[in-house]
Amino acid sequence: MEKRVVFRSAWLPYALVAPQIAITVVFFFWPAIQAVWFSFQLQDAFGLKTQFVGLQNFTNLFRDGNYLASFRVTAVFSVLVAFSGLAISLLLATMADRVLRGALAYKTLLIWPYAVAPAIAGVLWAFLFAPSIGIVTYLLKGFGVEWNWIINDNQALTLVVIASVWKQISYNFLFFLAGLQSIPRSLIEAAAIDGAGPARRFWTIVFPLLSPTTFFLLVVNVVYAFFETFGVIDATTQGGPGQATQILVYKVYHDGVKAADLGSSSAQSVILMFIVIALTVVQFRFIERKVQY
Amino acid sequence: MVENRPGLTILSHAVLILGVLLIAFPLYVTFVASTHTLETVMQVPMPLVPGDQLVQNYAQVLGAGTTTGSKAAVGSMLVNSTVMALGIPLGKIAISIISAFAIVYFRFRFRLFFFWMIFITLMLPVEVRIIPTFKVIADLGMLNTYAGLTVPLIASATATFLFRQFFMTVPDELAEAARVDGAGPMRFFWDVLLPLSKTTMAALFVIQFIYGWNQYLWPLLITTDESMYTTVIGIKRMIVGGDAANEWNLIMATAILAMLPPAAVVVLMQRWFVKGLVETEK
Repeated sequence: MEKRVVFRSAWLPYALVAPQIAITVVFFFWPAIQAVWFSFQLQDAFGLKTQFVGLQNFTNLFRDGNYLASFRVTAVFSVLVAFSGLAISLLLATMADRVLRGALAYKTLLIWPYAVAPAIAGVLWAFLFAPSIGIVTYLLKGFGVEWNWIINDNQALTLVVIASVWKQISYNFLFFLAGLQSIPRSLIEAAAIDGAGPARRFWTIVFPLLSPTTFFLLVVNVVYAFFETFGVIDATTQGGPGQATQILVYKVYHDGVKAADLGSSSAQSVILMFIVIALTVVQFRFIERKVQY
Repeated sequence: MVENRPGLTILSHAVLILGVLLIAFPLYVTFVASTHTLETVMQVPMPLVPGDQLVQNYAQVLGAGTTTGSKAAVGSMLVNSTVMALGIPLGKIAISIISAFAIVYFRFRFRLFFFWMIFITLMLPVEVRIIPTFKVIADLGMLNTYAGLTVPLIASATATFLFRQFFMTVPDELAEAARVDGAGPMRFFWDVLLPLSKTTMAALFVIQFIYGWNQYLWPLLITTDESMYTTVIGIKRMIVGGDAANEWNLIMATAILAMLPPAAVVVLMQRWFVKGLVETEK
């Protein structure tokens, strides 16, 4: 799609794109190129000497049990965050789409967690689940459950999943609600006249028609779980206990900033870049199809 | 609703109320904890009704911070957060709207090249270029500065796309009429496009305000000086050890202060917020 009317100027368009291009080059392209460059190098512990080592950083990574474990943690974590987040939000959105009374109030009360920073969501839930003083820990003890996410792997993972899902429900809810409201009423009415009950109508009409929204949200949630949950993890478990909650992004940060292993951290960055590119391509190919639909 | 099923309606309300309560529960406990003394919060179980220390706790964090963790005052952190939350959306809107204007309304060499350059930034989030970006900031002497906190985050493909998409829907006749009347491109931009873009700008501003306020990894990397901490980072720095070592009442008061501005924006500007959220993701 192009505009029929265009303005002519030898310099103006360049001046207009210049600020954005300058920032993009300095803060996006240059660091990304450096990340690729560093990933082929090995630095000694004091950062005095660097040596070109080719793909050694990458082969080391894929031989490193810790890195592979981090992949596994990321996979489990993103699946849990995406699926539980989508399921809860879809339930709430379906209900909110049904009710007439108080619809705006429900909506307002459900969307505010969008405004909470991931790190703060982490702090809130870490306080509720605090091993010695947390109120939820106390309640769980009443049911005979010993809760200590500082030392228990699965409980630590559960904590970061809960905090991450809690923050993301509002986002999913809004998109599901918009999706539900755009489904033509006539289809649902026709099915009702044919005798289909609410559950049948949901699974045979609403859910399939909602699939573009669901798929879009699935990609967004996976991206969220991969990258934006950094704050949740840094504010609560910091990857621990051991490496039970060390997702890939957290490992890049840990190895690069805390352990100062530039080569390995850069190689991990490059691998993450490929993952983001793959996810972006999936997202855009899908959106192209959604437009036709 | 296509049929009247009172049972299902009651169930819907029940599920929604349960959802609202579960979502609000952490917020409520946080607020309660921020109104008690440390000793009361440390009791097991802690009370679930607000206490009488609200004024003292909030005055303490705003003016002086915690005593065991970071001693930076939350008052100055709120100022830093505000600078980020305003600087990022304003900068983003300014540079995106002019680059989208150039890309839509001009034909020039490398137009598509620039467009793709901007597009590719979508694939390079801060998280994948942590160390090298930090080095660039350090080399430019931008650590612990407001410029360092905001400028690297204002380049955004989504904002440019949003304006581009909107400009495409502006009727060609407007630009034709402006040209016939002898208006140059910048005159057309100021007097026609900018006023038309108001709603898009408002929606984008709301979303980016929240984005800027809630930044975590970026300020964590480039602020080492307590006076430059944002509120979200400040909370992290107040947590120093195990459960008993933290002043939870003060941390929770800070958490409430950190949540209040963006939550107020979401609730009070709900229309813009929803519009911005849905459109930036399209």
